[in-house]
Amino acid sequence: MQAEDVRKRFGRLEVLKGVSLDVDKKETVCIIGPSGSGKTTFIRCINHLEKIDSGKITVNGHLIGYKRRNGALVEDSEASIARQRTEIGMVFQRFNLFPHKTALENVTEAPVHVLGVSKDQAADDARALLTRVGLADKYDTYPGKLSGGQQQRVAIARALAMKPSLMLFDEPTSALDPEVTGEVLDVMEELAHEGMTMIVVTHEMGFARKAADRVVMMDEGVIVETGTPEHFFDAPDHERTRQFLSKIL
Amino acid sequence: MLAVVDWHLVWMRIAHPDHVFFRALYTTVYMAVIAQAMGVLLGLLAALMRTSKLAPLRVLSGLYVWLFRGTPLLVQIFFIYYGANQLLGFTLVPNSLNLGLFSLDGAVVAGILALGINEGAYMREIIRAGIDSIDRGQMEAAKSLGMRYSLAMRRIILPQAARVIVPPLGNEFNNMLKNTSLVFTIGVYELFADAEILYSQNFQPVEVFMAVAFWYLVLTTVWTIIQSWIERKLGASERGDDVGFFERLTFTWMPRWGQVR
Repeated sequence: MQAEDVRKRFGRLEVLKGVSLDVDKKETVCIIGPSGSGKTTFIRCINHLEKIDSGKITVNGHLIGYKRRNGALVEDSEASIARQRTEIGMVFQRFNLFPHKTALENVTEAPVHVLGVSKDQAADDARALLTRVGLADKYDTYPGKLSGGQQQRVAIARALAMKPSLMLFDEPTSALDPEVTGEVLDVMEELAHEGMTMIVVTHEMGFARKAADRVVMMDEGVIVETGTPEHFFDAPDHERTRQFLSKIL
Repeated sequence: MLAVVDWHLVWMRIAHPDHVFFRALYTTVYMAVIAQAMGVLLGLLAALMRTSKLAPLRVLSGLYVWLFRGTPLLVQIFFIYYGANQLLGFTLVPNSLNLGLFSLDGAVVAGILALGINEGAYMREIIRAGIDSIDRGQMEAAKSLGMRYSLAMRRIILPQAARVIVPPLGNEFNNMLKNTSLVFTIGVYELFADAEILYSQNFQPVEVFMAVAFWYLVLTTVWTIIQSWIERKLGASERGDDVGFFERLTFTWMPRWGQVR
């Protein structure tokens, strides 16, 4: 994933003031920063849930959301944006599971109806994925009957079912009770160790320290500092980072 | 006072209906069903047009609701039956419509069109409210999985919105069953026409209209039962709630009893 000078404004408020970030294959990058710093907006731009005003984002070398026409960038067609998104998994703060479908159906929905995988094949894959996230006994349970931590693990399985090459996590544990954040973070950590490329917006510094290859600090729409977790938590360069870390650690 | 009522006549109209009556009853029911289905489709179309990127479609959707909600249904019925062909310059309302298995009278076609188009304007608002009630995150999740808008609408948003749409839709159909009585004015032989014609022969309004009111009550009651069943089907899977069929019926008729459980 490469982002080059991404800018985005909501009305008069400039949320992203030129963000550039490269994430290599198999790398796990955590984005931290105070609320309002633009980190959530930034990862929503990566799968074009938000349009960008300037700059460009590429995933696997493909331009996301836009195409070149006569040298200028114009928004891509709905069909090709949808196709680009199949390569990018996303996990939301509030899970956004489909409440009218069982855990298994949540996971099989997109492979069957977007990728055209056969129902049996998709169900087999989904059972394997749900087992992997520790929900082997919840195939036929509706989201309403699952705890927050279980729902988020279904959401991770749902995203993985598309076999994405990049996973985006938007504060995946912020809406969870403290005692269940662990079960979600464990799944994510495992994923990181298996070599998934991940961009994680999080306030979980423990996770960032353990699982991240790099940590990115954002504030007021720009990247303030980037570094390895060790560098970051032990000897940050910037005053702003120090202030932020001292508040939350 | 009640002694004046010819109960025998009322009883005959209720317990021994003739075949002409059954034709009328049948006409009422199929007109209501077809018009309601048309209303749902038009309402869905108009609701989707309302959120379109194309301004003309949005305007058209707004005009439609404004016009058909803002004028009397009876005026619309007359207008479509007598004026539509002339206005449009082609035959929207034929003298009769042959559909192979059965044929429809021109007045029936006009009646269905008028009721259906009118209903669409109300359904648009109901369907819109249903769609709006679904969390934005649902569409985002669907899109993030590579779904296009139309697929996400069909598979994710509308099935959830249906749960919100069905109760007011049931209300609308209840109204529709009764509103079909208006098309007797353009000469459709439906339930009310059957009563009206008998009344013009025997001048016994109390008996005749009491009996026809009973039949409408039968129709709306049957519908209430069907609706309870549909709502149960829609609600059960999602919430896993165990509100039984009869409990739901009780709740429909006696809300205060329903709440005690």
